Amino acid sequence: MKNGIYPIISNEKIAENVFKLNLAGDFSSAKPGQFANLKLSGFYLRRPLSVHHADGEKLSLIYKVVGKGTEHLSGLKAGDIDTLWDLGNGYDLSAAGEYPLLIGGGAGVPPLCFLAERLVAAGKKVSAVIGFNRKEEVFCEEELKALGVKVTVTTADGSFGVKGFVTDALPEKYSYVYTCGPEPMLKAVYGAITTGGDFSFEERMGCGFGACMGCSCKTVTGYKRICKEGPVLKKEEILWRIQG
Amino acid sequence: MADTRVNLLGITLDNPVIPASGTFGYGYEFADYYDINVLGSLSFKGTTLNARFGNDTPRIAECPSGLLNSVGLQNPGAKAVLNTELPKLQKCFHKKVMANISGFSAEEYVECVKILQESAAVGWLEINVSCPNVHGGGMSFGTTAKGAAEITAAVKKAAVKPVIIKLSPNVTDVAEIARACEGEGADGISLINTLLGMRMDLKTKKPVLKNVTGGLSGPAVFPVAVRMVYAVSRAVKIPVVGMGGITSAEDVLEMMMAGAAAVEVGAANLTDPFACKKIIEALPAAMDKYNIKSLSEITGG
Repeated sequence: MKNGIYPIISNEKIAENVFKLNLAGDFSSAKPGQFANLKLSGFYLRRPLSVHHADGEKLSLIYKVVGKGTEHLSGLKAGDIDTLWDLGNGYDLSAAGEYPLLIGGGAGVPPLCFLAERLVAAGKKVSAVIGFNRKEEVFCEEELKALGVKVTVTTADGSFGVKGFVTDALPEKYSYVYTCGPEPMLKAVYGAITTGGDFSFEERMGCGFGACMGCSCKTVTGYKRICKEGPVLKKEEILWRIQG
Repeated sequence: MADTRVNLLGITLDNPVIPASGTFGYGYEFADYYDINVLGSLSFKGTTLNARFGNDTPRIAECPSGLLNSVGLQNPGAKAVLNTELPKLQKCFHKKVMANISGFSAEEYVECVKILQESAAVGWLEINVSCPNVHGGGMSFGTTAKGAAEITAAVKKAAVKPVIIKLSPNVTDVAEIARACEGEGADGISLINTLLGMRMDLKTKKPVLKNVTGGLSGPAVFPVAVRMVYAVSRAVKIPVVGMGGITSAEDVLEMMMAGAAAVEVGAANLTDPFACKKIIEALPAAMDKYNIKSLSEITGG
């Protein structure tokens, strides 16, 4: 965990209800799959947001407006934000193999962009399937393509790309899966893939750094805190809470 | 030079600030962030005889100036705490800690006390009869004078270390319960545990917490805590450890003036992992501002 107060560089809308926040600072030690936890004036708990990109000059966070906190955040155009980062375990890049597949749903897509950067840099042949409800919500497609990733977009209503869910558009060949998205999607991916995978989970958090036990889950290998031993769990250790 | 030392049941603390149970794990993880030896002590995660996962998630809900939690005493069990967690803590913390103990029967409290007081690190036994998030134990003992007295009497028979009973605010007369504990030999009282509350999710039309209800903590409860510490400290002769929403050095002074001999800091640790360190560092200046030379002199105003 690292902590600092960082100035906002920009905070712009990139799709329907989706914003991209850039903070200035040296974030070069952040890893794909980790999250940052932002203190917002007027809100007691911090807001955990997944890392979309990090380097020596900035931290980029893409978030969906889902409540009062993220709505407030979307209105901030300047000023400083007290930020905890380098939180959570992140994806295991060593598991990728030659043809890693990234599967993202909605607000689960951003951490996969950061992961794609690193996998491409490591010489991997990366493909991605990213799913949204409809055309207006699509983001990160062009960015992934620019990295050299073979991208398939699905929309539930068919207004863009392949009609259906991410599991309707899986490629034939892949060596390992990295995924992030709503839990029903994760469970569908779990049932559909033929390789191992890294699954990134969401949970309501108290502290975000392992102190309160607010976000614990049961796994095959014991109790884990989504904020500390997660958010990424290995496919073989997942115990599903949701039925069906 | 401001003297921040206080004495709690025969043990001198460098300062009165103690991270509250459930907000600081078993301490050692915070040692990655700063030298936790600046703390007066710490009260570790509520421990039961057997390992517990606690309640299903979601078990956190935000509130104005606070949060609800319904964790439900997740812990690895007393023996694992003694053999695994406390040795890890002792490597980075060289002061006495408060063992926070909960249970579902008087026998379980006693067994847990016997195990945990074996550790040389344990200076005090904080007996939690006030957890609002478990059924059939915890708070059900602490909401009546009779129940709290029974647990106190049972624990006191087995305890070789000072016993502090942690009380619930979810009662009609907390002073009466404190007096009942004192009557059975309690060495100290700590309060307040969280206030029972709940929130509804407007989108799903269901309670936010899977457990439906949870315990409210944070600055929202501070005035309630001050009032109850004031009432209890005047009702008993044994020392009172005050907690509930403390966020600043000024809050520490206020809680002590209301009657606390030492204080615990809870929810503040969850929004700022450096909260206790910052409060401790701010204490001398806050004391100077109010012309306080020695903190141990302000208890009870």
